[in-house]
Amino acid sequence: MTPLEPAQLPSLPRPRLGPRLEQHALTALLWAGTLAVLGILAFIVVFILVRGVPALSWAFLTQSPTEMGRAGGILPAIIGTAVLSLLAVAIATPLGVGTAIYLAEYTAAGPLTRFIRLGAESLAGIPSIIFGLFGFIFFVINLGLGWSILSGALTLAIMILPTVILTAEAAIRAVPDAYRELSFALGATRWQTVTRAVLPSALPGIFTGVMLGLGRSIGETAAVIFTAGTALRLPASAFSSVRTMAVHFYLLAREGISMENAYGTAAILLLSILAINVLSYWAMRRLGAFRGARP
Amino acid sequence: MSGARGASGARGASGARGANGVRGASGVRGAGGGRRGGRWLKLSDRAIERLLMVVAFTSITALLLITVFIFAGGLPVLVRTRVVGLVAGLRWAPTHGSFGILPMLLGSLLVTGGALAVGVPLSLLCAVFLSEVAPARVAGLVKPAIEVLAGIPSVIYGFIGLIVLVPLIRTCLGGPGFSVLAAAVVLGVMILPTLTSISYDALRAVPDAYREGAAALGATRAQAIRMVLLPAARRGIVVAMILGLGRALGETMAVIMVAGNATMIPSSLLDPVRTLTTNIALELGYASGLHRDALFATGAVLFVMIMLLSLLAGFRPQRARR
Repeated sequence: MTPLEPAQLPSLPRPRLGPRLEQHALTALLWAGTLAVLGILAFIVVFILVRGVPALSWAFLTQSPTEMGRAGGILPAIIGTAVLSLLAVAIATPLGVGTAIYLAEYTAAGPLTRFIRLGAESLAGIPSIIFGLFGFIFFVINLGLGWSILSGALTLAIMILPTVILTAEAAIRAVPDAYRELSFALGATRWQTVTRAVLPSALPGIFTGVMLGLGRSIGETAAVIFTAGTALRLPASAFSSVRTMAVHFYLLAREGISMENAYGTAAILLLSILAINVLSYWAMRRLGAFRGARP
Repeated sequence: MSGARGASGARGASGARGANGVRGASGVRGAGGGRRGGRWLKLSDRAIERLLMVVAFTSITALLLITVFIFAGGLPVLVRTRVVGLVAGLRWAPTHGSFGILPMLLGSLLVTGGALAVGVPLSLLCAVFLSEVAPARVAGLVKPAIEVLAGIPSVIYGFIGLIVLVPLIRTCLGGPGFSVLAAAVVLGVMILPTLTSISYDALRAVPDAYREGAAALGATRAQAIRMVLLPAARRGIVVAMILGLGRALGETMAVIMVAGNATMIPSSLLDPVRTLTTNIALELGYASGLHRDALFATGAVLFVMIMLLSLLAGFRPQRARR
């Protein structure tokens, strides 16, 4: 990732009229396109926050909803979201990082690694509604877990697994080989090398993947609504059905139950996801800084 | 990235040598693990490798389970309709034995095509701007902003479409507002960050020598972009489009709120439409028996389409060779 300085493209002396016009037109078009993309995305965030933030209050965050969400707060949805997505991340992280370690440290590139990576990449492309269908038939019905935290978290864990694997693998591969050689030279075993020399250095990158997975879990609707259900109470156990903020927001907006509470829920949802993404981006920048470092 | 890959063969060799070294060294209390005996160390290391291998097969196992359960769930309907009746059938009345999903299939294709028509030009402009034209400070602000905004959940896109776009279409263009157009625009916007990021990576992967060569030949920056950089980054951009296509094809929540969800083939862009994904999401909550099987069959059709796209995207040559 060597940044290209625009100055490397010298502006040529006296271009003919045609090319000059083309140059100006294209530059204007590129600026306009970029501003349009940024403008649309900023509009979405501002639109939600301007209408949602006024609906927020301490009571909104700490009370249970009444009348199907028409009044009251969203505490069960906040707790449901937190429990479900944290559990999903707790399941997916060891599996994903383990896979990444295996791919990057224990096997040479070959048919086996290509097969495993192909599996992860194919899994990454599967739409969330398919995960929802699968979680519903497999966890909810076949395994008899019902609409529950467990079904939802397991479904989400499978969904975010590829993100964790692929980011962690890239992070581990970015650790310079000199670290490993030094560790082996000191008499460390492969596993000691991985846990004490490689993983600490790859941590920011792994963290990025985990945070991306967390953000995806929090914002997910289709995979969750058919596996964790829509119950609007505080969960009693891992077998309780919960309603996440995304599902709550969807139901409030779609059924037109309460626009004010829908905006409030959307604001909390958006703020938490943006905060997580900023964190993960920050971690990725740290990884970038590491890449240039010398052992 | 490419450096790491190139070195992996060498790493395997040096790793094996390192492990051998340990065997000898641990007898004399090597620096690494003095607490435990050498034999235990060697054994546990092998056990760990086995364990990691099992773990590494989780995603393949999950993929396999998903395939089996989706197809098994849809099997009764797939057999009953001989697939042809499913994908070519016009009438969807699953409680009365009609399982035609052609309207949804066409709906999905229409909406996805529309989304690409909206998303590709805009994201390409943005990617070229960030990679070739933007002052470093501007690019340093815009790129993170777009990556952070990529996390906006799809329900929120759908909701904005419902509140802003649907009434706009209704008043300006007529019709119910819930339409192919609304779904296409919402999805087109939703895939913007993904398309932009991957196209940007593709452009960045073009060696600087190409830019210098173009400049040396007297090309303006516009000519260099049009004649050298875009053609050179073509394959990466095509991959971006395929991935964007997959995301649009598989999206549910953003579409369900703005598409109107009628089970007929739309005759214009302003008609309501139902896609494969929304067909599942709308009815899974209450379906049972053959009706539920028909939803799994719908899922199976979607699954096959996505897997074909994945294969297409998989033919990418050495992605992101930076």
